[in-house]
Amino acid sequence: MKRIISVLMENAPGALSRIVGVFSQRGYNVDSLCVAPTEDASLSRLTIITHGDDKVIEQITKQVNKLVDVLKVVDLTENAHIEREMMLIKVATRTEAIRAEVKRNADIFRANILDVSVSNYTIEVTGTTDKLDAFATTMAQCTEIIESSRTGVCGLARGERALRP
Amino acid sequence: MKMMSGAAMVVEALKDVGVTHVFGYPGGAVLDIYDALFAQDDVKHVLVRHEQAAAHMADGYARSTGKTGTVLVTSGPGATNTLTGIATAYMDSIPMVVLSGQVPSMHIGEDAFQETDMVGCSRPIVKHSFLVKRAVDIPEAIAKAYYIANTGRPGPVVVDLPKDIVNVMEEHPYVFPSSVAMRSYNPTVRGHSKQVKKAVESLKKAERPVLYVGGGAVTAEASGLVTKLAELLNAPVTCTLMGLGAFSGTHPQFVGMLGMHGTMEANKTMHNSDCILALGARFDDRVTNNVAKFCPHAEIIHVDIDPASISKTVNAHIPVVGSVDVVLEQILELLNPQEFAAQTEKLADWWQQIEQWRSRKCLNYEQGDTVIKPQRVIEALYKYTDGKAYVSSDVGQHQMFAALYYPYAKPRQWINSGGLGTMGFGLPAAMGVQFAHPEATSVVVTGDGSIQMNIQELATCLQYNLPIKIISLNNRALGMVRQWQDMIYKGRHSHSYMDSLPDFVKLAEAYGHVGIKVDSLDQLDAAMEKCFSLTDRLVFMDIAVDQNEHVYPMQIKYGAMDDMRLSKTERT
Repeated sequence: MKRIISVLMENAPGALSRIVGVFSQRGYNVDSLCVAPTEDASLSRLTIITHGDDKVIEQITKQVNKLVDVLKVVDLTENAHIEREMMLIKVATRTEAIRAEVKRNADIFRANILDVSVSNYTIEVTGTTDKLDAFATTMAQCTEIIESSRTGVCGLARGERALRP
Repeated sequence: MKMMSGAAMVVEALKDVGVTHVFGYPGGAVLDIYDALFAQDDVKHVLVRHEQAAAHMADGYARSTGKTGTVLVTSGPGATNTLTGIATAYMDSIPMVVLSGQVPSMHIGEDAFQETDMVGCSRPIVKHSFLVKRAVDIPEAIAKAYYIANTGRPGPVVVDLPKDIVNVMEEHPYVFPSSVAMRSYNPTVRGHSKQVKKAVESLKKAERPVLYVGGGAVTAEASGLVTKLAELLNAPVTCTLMGLGAFSGTHPQFVGMLGMHGTMEANKTMHNSDCILALGARFDDRVTNNVAKFCPHAEIIHVDIDPASISKTVNAHIPVVGSVDVVLEQILELLNPQEFAAQTEKLADWWQQIEQWRSRKCLNYEQGDTVIKPQRVIEALYKYTDGKAYVSSDVGQHQMFAALYYPYAKPRQWINSGGLGTMGFGLPAAMGVQFAHPEATSVVVTGDGSIQMNIQELATCLQYNLPIKIISLNNRALGMVRQWQDMIYKGRHSHSYMDSLPDFVKLAEAYGHVGIKVDSLDQLDAAMEKCFSLTDRLVFMDIAVDQNEHVYPMQIKYGAMDDMRLSKTERT
């Protein structure tokens, strides 16, 4: 089962490599990873998408929590939460018909066209992983995908819950 | 405010932490620190012959005292040579700080001479590490390193020191932090009261309880409390390889070590128990055998300071996160001794059953006429040291014999590489023990394979006059490998035979020590007596033992805890 593990850690050199190290040395999966400093620049917040049974997920949260640089770990999937991922996708738009179709689909998905050139559009789309997958599938059906880049998922708990130091 | 160089700060900070001994080896990147060491007498430096041994010495020092061991090495090969020692300490949760030199900051990443990414190399085998970037940060980094190493679940910490920041030509203000606090690191030592209550209820109703005591009880200095609880409950006690001595090996409630080479009574007791109280033990594969068949009748109470150790391999029914000593105090507070007044009668059936297993005398072995059985050597060692020596072991058959046939009465008396199983650990560890306890008898139990993995330290022993006693069980083979080859590989002894062993007596003498060769059983007692009468000399006992002896009991792979071979022909 897919899980979203959110980690609050010291924004210190080597902290990220320690977390990634726990995953590789203990054989856990990383599907995506997203990290940046928080509003308090001394802290970083990292979101890892992983999968595994309950026992594995329990071990992941415990082993990550054990790292000296880590303040808090939470499995967001245990409770109501919001998750978002962003994708930049460059698609070929060589004919008028394709341009219109791409634009129409971008509107339906509430995606933004960020860059336009003679032969391609670069589009920004934000949403859940499923939505991004669906958009990519749609683009592949109506034209050729030249390249794409995804941020990996970030997430927050809904309501009063929060991950704070 | 004191002004001093980065190098002087390193030494000053070690003094402020209370370090007595540093085990190390100089080299380019740490010459400034060595110059600062030269200028003082408070911190004693021990010059080793190989950096791996420095780490094991610091480890032996730490295991025998509970204090943090300290290592100082140069960059590159100096640092990487310590890795096996660091991994050994990590697996057994031993507090250690490794100060490693590093190339100057401006050359990091250039593949400079003797450059290695030590923080990167050691990352999976340290509790934490620091790459110090400014001289003024040295005192805090060192204070934090010692704090992290010896709190919570202890472990090794690396402090990597680039050469430019320890430059003796530049002075900076020295401020040693009066206390260390880290928002991201606060180990839980006190058990959750609800969980402790549940544990107590479980112990009260248990009809076949057992205490399963691991290295965490040694670390927490909890052996007094373990004994108190065990006696109150009248419960049998088993210790892991790492926990030996946390409960006296001579206590009538002690059923022996458990696990792969545990006693029949210990493994049977575990398997048939209805309530296992695990104290600072981690249910590792050398204890549990097949986890699917592990102790099917037991409610498991698991007390450990490391939450990640709980339910890692075997699910705990009642997890209690906390330090063994503190949690035991909490448990004892809730136990009313009067409620246990009838405990002897209540557990009478249980003890009767245990006595029946004990009566099998699983540690009995066939005595030879002239050939020396390795078990017999350990029994003689026990006799000639009055059971009071610090016994450091290498890894192999001799390690199991030393664990099974020398009943350790006190914690920290038994020093061995349990988790990593590092051959070459014994001699340097015994040296660390001897530095920490100059008046004590420090013994190494080793074999002809293991001793050769750090034999160069015999030179260090002479330099510092360490009167260590080396008991080498020489079977002309890698005994444990050979045993497995006998049992699993139809006796095909692939590369487990040594046909060019040195003359260990001459070798010991060449290093300036005393060597004694023992070939037959009738020489053993006289040789032992001579060995331990030479109190101011290192004595190397090269004892020819039976090559075909196996360690028994031995758990049968994929079986339950109590599925064991008891000899070459019998099983449970």
